[in-house]
Amino acid sequence: MNVHALLPMDRRSRTIAVILGCLALFACVFTGAWLYGDRGEVTALTLRKLPPSLQYPFGTDWLGRDMLARTLKGLRISLRVGLTAAGCSAGIALLLGLCAATLGRAVDAVITWLVDIAMATPHLVLLILISFACGGGEKGVIIAVAASHWPSLTRVIRAEVLALRSSEYIQLSRQLGKRPLYIARHHMLPHVLPQFMVGLLLLFPHAILHAAALTFLGFGMSPHTPAIGALLAESMRYLSMGLWWLAVAPGLTLVITVKAFDILGGNVRALLDPKTCRE
Amino acid sequence: MLEAKKVAFRYATDGPWLFQGLDIDIKPGEIVGLPGSSGKGKSTLAKTLAGYMKPHQGSIRIDGHPLQQKAFNPVQLLFQHPELAVNPRWKIKKLLAEAAAPSSDLLTELSIDESWMERYPHELSGGELQRVCLARALHPKTQYLLCDEMTSMLDALTQAIIWKAVLGIAKKRNLGLLVISHDSALISSLCRRTLDYFIQPV
Repeated sequence: MNVHALLPMDRRSRTIAVILGCLALFACVFTGAWLYGDRGEVTALTLRKLPPSLQYPFGTDWLGRDMLARTLKGLRISLRVGLTAAGCSAGIALLLGLCAATLGRAVDAVITWLVDIAMATPHLVLLILISFACGGGEKGVIIAVAASHWPSLTRVIRAEVLALRSSEYIQLSRQLGKRPLYIARHHMLPHVLPQFMVGLLLLFPHAILHAAALTFLGFGMSPHTPAIGALLAESMRYLSMGLWWLAVAPGLTLVITVKAFDILGGNVRALLDPKTCRE
Repeated sequence: MLEAKKVAFRYATDGPWLFQGLDIDIKPGEIVGLPGSSGKGKSTLAKTLAGYMKPHQGSIRIDGHPLQQKAFNPVQLLFQHPELAVNPRWKIKKLLAEAAAPSSDLLTELSIDESWMERYPHELSGGELQRVCLARALHPKTQYLLCDEMTSMLDALTQAIIWKAVLGIAKKRNLGLLVISHDSALISSLCRRTLDYFIQPV
């Protein structure tokens, strides 16, 4: 497909447009959920099981609740949980990665060992155990996701800092009489920060999907909260009755949101890399 | 005078010595050649002389004083691959000014164009980037320049341009030069004195 013909812009402008589009999508989710107020939570028994129509684009469920409102609220919860969990996870990764690369061999060995263990444990099992141990709910989900998503980013940051420390231009900077603080600020930070930002952005989709998965399996948010995972889990019981819209619409919006984060991450990376930032 | 006395170096504590009991002296204004084939330790010696690595034995002194840490090193090293010796996220302007902004005379002498200043390193060719590295190394406080295969990856014409500029500046500033290369023809045409530590006896 020829996207270039549709959007007559250079790559940089297109990248910025895509980033703004993704951000606008997230803004829509938040304002939409806010504007709907309590609409997705009130039952209207006269409007039960309505298929998608103009008035109810996502249909209504077996209690007559507006599915569009419920989906938007679910997405808002997912985004909030994803943001917090991914932020915490990235923070842990940054701290551990920097420690492993700068505090000597013993610390490095311990942290690498921890990363290996966390990576070798099946993800979902770890998530379920931590969430269950923390009593479930939003707090449980956030802690579980935050505590299980740091290993890969830790590896990236550790490797990046180690490579930087031995690079010729940093050794040369020392010979030019530069202090460690100057080197950290001017040489290291501009390299590690984009890696960190992109890692953080690419963590969101994982965090959102895993938060939804936990709730779907019943170890996450309570069934009363309209989280996406809870919506999908509930819809399972009604699929055989032909209420397909209960699963399709929330599922699709979840996929679109997650993909939007993925695209956002990729585009931010293209924008921050000097090799691609001017194309 | 840049003086190395009985220096020795090896990478692993029980590994083989790359060089041992080696003496070198380079006087200001002198151009010394260091030929030798690959993998013999020429670059390691250069890094030791320039303070990048500490010799396991022996000492390196400038005019009788040991190399100072945490200050501008008057012994500057030029690498074979200029693209590794520059931060890929810095523009040329910032690169050049890392130690001190070079004078416009120096930039003209090395034919560094004003239009490069806003570019990133990967937007220059190898020869252009090597000239930028040269300008950065030719700080007013630089007294000795160690050129480690500085022009090996460049074509003959670019090599000639760069060496002409370097020899001119070295003469004007009375810099001591160490030319490290596996190209013995280059060394014999540039240097009056060569050190044969890394040439295997036939």
